[in-house]
Amino acid sequence: MEALVAVIIGVLTACGVYLSLRRRSFPVVLGITLLSYAVNLFLFAMGRLTIGQPAVIDAAATGYTDPLPQALVLTAIVISFAMTAFVIMLALKARAELGDDRVDGNRST
Amino acid sequence: MMQHLVIAPVLLPLLAGIALLLLRPLPIGWRRVLSILAVLAQVGLALLLLARIADGSILTYALGDWPAPYGIVLVADRLAAGMLLITALLGLLALLHASRGTDLEGRHFHVLFQLQLFGLNGAFLTGDLFNLFVFFEILLLASYGLLLHGGGPERTRAGLHFVVINLAGSTLFLFAVGTLYGVLGTLNMADLARRMAQVGPAELGLVQAAGLLLFGVFALKAALVPLYLWLPAAYAGTSAPVAALFAVMTKVGVYSIVRLDTLIFGTQAGDSAHLLGDWLLPLALVTLALGMAGVVASTGLRQQTAYLVVASVGTLLTAAGLGTADGLAAGLYYLPHTTFAAGALFLLADGIARRRGELADRFAPDGSMSHPRLLGGLFFITAVLIAGLPPLSGFLAKFLILRAALPHPDLAWIMTVVLVTSLLAVIALARSGSVLFYRARVVNAPAGERLLPELAPATALLLLCLGLVLWAGPVHEYSLRTAQQLYHPQIYIDAVLGREVAP
Repeated sequence: MEALVAVIIGVLTACGVYLSLRRRSFPVVLGITLLSYAVNLFLFAMGRLTIGQPAVIDAAATGYTDPLPQALVLTAIVISFAMTAFVIMLALKARAELGDDRVDGNRST
Repeated sequence: MMQHLVIAPVLLPLLAGIALLLLRPLPIGWRRVLSILAVLAQVGLALLLLARIADGSILTYALGDWPAPYGIVLVADRLAAGMLLITALLGLLALLHASRGTDLEGRHFHVLFQLQLFGLNGAFLTGDLFNLFVFFEILLLASYGLLLHGGGPERTRAGLHFVVINLAGSTLFLFAVGTLYGVLGTLNMADLARRMAQVGPAELGLVQAAGLLLFGVFALKAALVPLYLWLPAAYAGTSAPVAALFAVMTKVGVYSIVRLDTLIFGTQAGDSAHLLGDWLLPLALVTLALGMAGVVASTGLRQQTAYLVVASVGTLLTAAGLGTADGLAAGLYYLPHTTFAAGALFLLADGIARRRGELADRFAPDGSMSHPRLLGGLFFITAVLIAGLPPLSGFLAKFLILRAALPHPDLAWIMTVVLVTSLLAVIALARSGSVLFYRARVVNAPAGERLLPELAPATALLLLCLGLVLWAGPVHEYSLRTAQQLYHPQIYIDAVLGREVAP
């Protein structure tokens, strides 16, 4: 399972980096989104991957999964969600105001 | 009541921001007064905090009374308190300038402004790495709003770059935080510093990679080479009071680098001690050189000021990169000086651009100019401050930095870069001044123009710099003590974790 999660994070990051280096704003936004997915998975996996263990104290439990990364990843998801919404609005505004969806604007006119 | 003093600078702007949001139906005058009063109270709080920690004690505040390292702590040491005061003073004067009309160009200016201060104050006070990330996001989100405030294609284009690069930076920040947590099992900065010494050889590479990743993220915020390219367009394009406030935004990056360098990878960190030492000084010198090249090549005053901010980050981190308490103390004396001076120049540039009509702040001759003597005089004083000519604070700060660099093995490089860039600053600013003022047509001021309130905030910032000269002794004494406190990270660790936890 570790290998699978690692590969998923790697692929998401690679796609995210590739897309965020593109010239038009829509792929860039998608790239940033993929990057934030990758980092959320990464944060989650940092508490080590465990199956079927409780996160809070339980008398019958044989072990625990680390609850902190789950809390961290919730915060990170909320923040990246808000940021993505903002950057989409900004990209639309830039498309409307600059008349072009290239990230460096249309400098020829 | 007094034990809550540490959290007050974080809560006050948040509550003020929410109140301003709810009081939107009120006339703008009331909201301005409320906003200014809130920032004024923050100056008071920062002074109070400064008085409380003047004896060298470190105040901690456990949120929800969860003891460190399990809960999040706020920590007020000398560095944090000093940064709070600088931010509050700059914020107050930028807000006074904005209250003359900039705040009407778009919606929610005062709300965003207070939230920006909320993020800044929180970032300075927090003692938890993930909490630092959260406060970074708050201050960034507010800064996106402020940067785009008023609109216009230039702002949108610069804003898009600023937002995208900072989102990428936030992702890297989270990768670094995750790695540190995965290896060390904590995010409390004092606890991280304590456990850093016990990292085994198998995990040393991971921890150092995470540390350097964090350095990269903070370098992005501080606009260090090669991550400074977003800054000039963003700062030059936005409105003057926002640009003036942003003069302290790069300093948040510098603050975080200093924390990372002295606390987490400080002297007690075993094999990872002084991890950043090899990188900081060369990068800072290159930043200084390239920033100053930008200053010389600038085509407008605001762009020039933005490049001066880049160059000042270079100078600041050169001082911090010396790796001695003397060097860091010189840097900490330079920090308020450069923040106030850059803020003043942004505000002045606004007044100058407004008088030149179509030409705005571009360096083209034959512009028109009313009150050239007064504006030119203020510009001259600011230029002397920024270029570091005697007798003002810029000279003192650069003198202190160079004196601290004397025992350093790379003295020749530091001397050359700092002195040559100072000369370039003199040349560039002299050229700007002569184009803007000597070669301008003097016209009469339009009737009803009120010069005093317009120029008062910029003048007050210059007076603060003058205060740094008059009280150079106490200020330098304070920065020296701050630097000594920073170079004994055990004091910080003991204050946060309590002595019984420390090994």
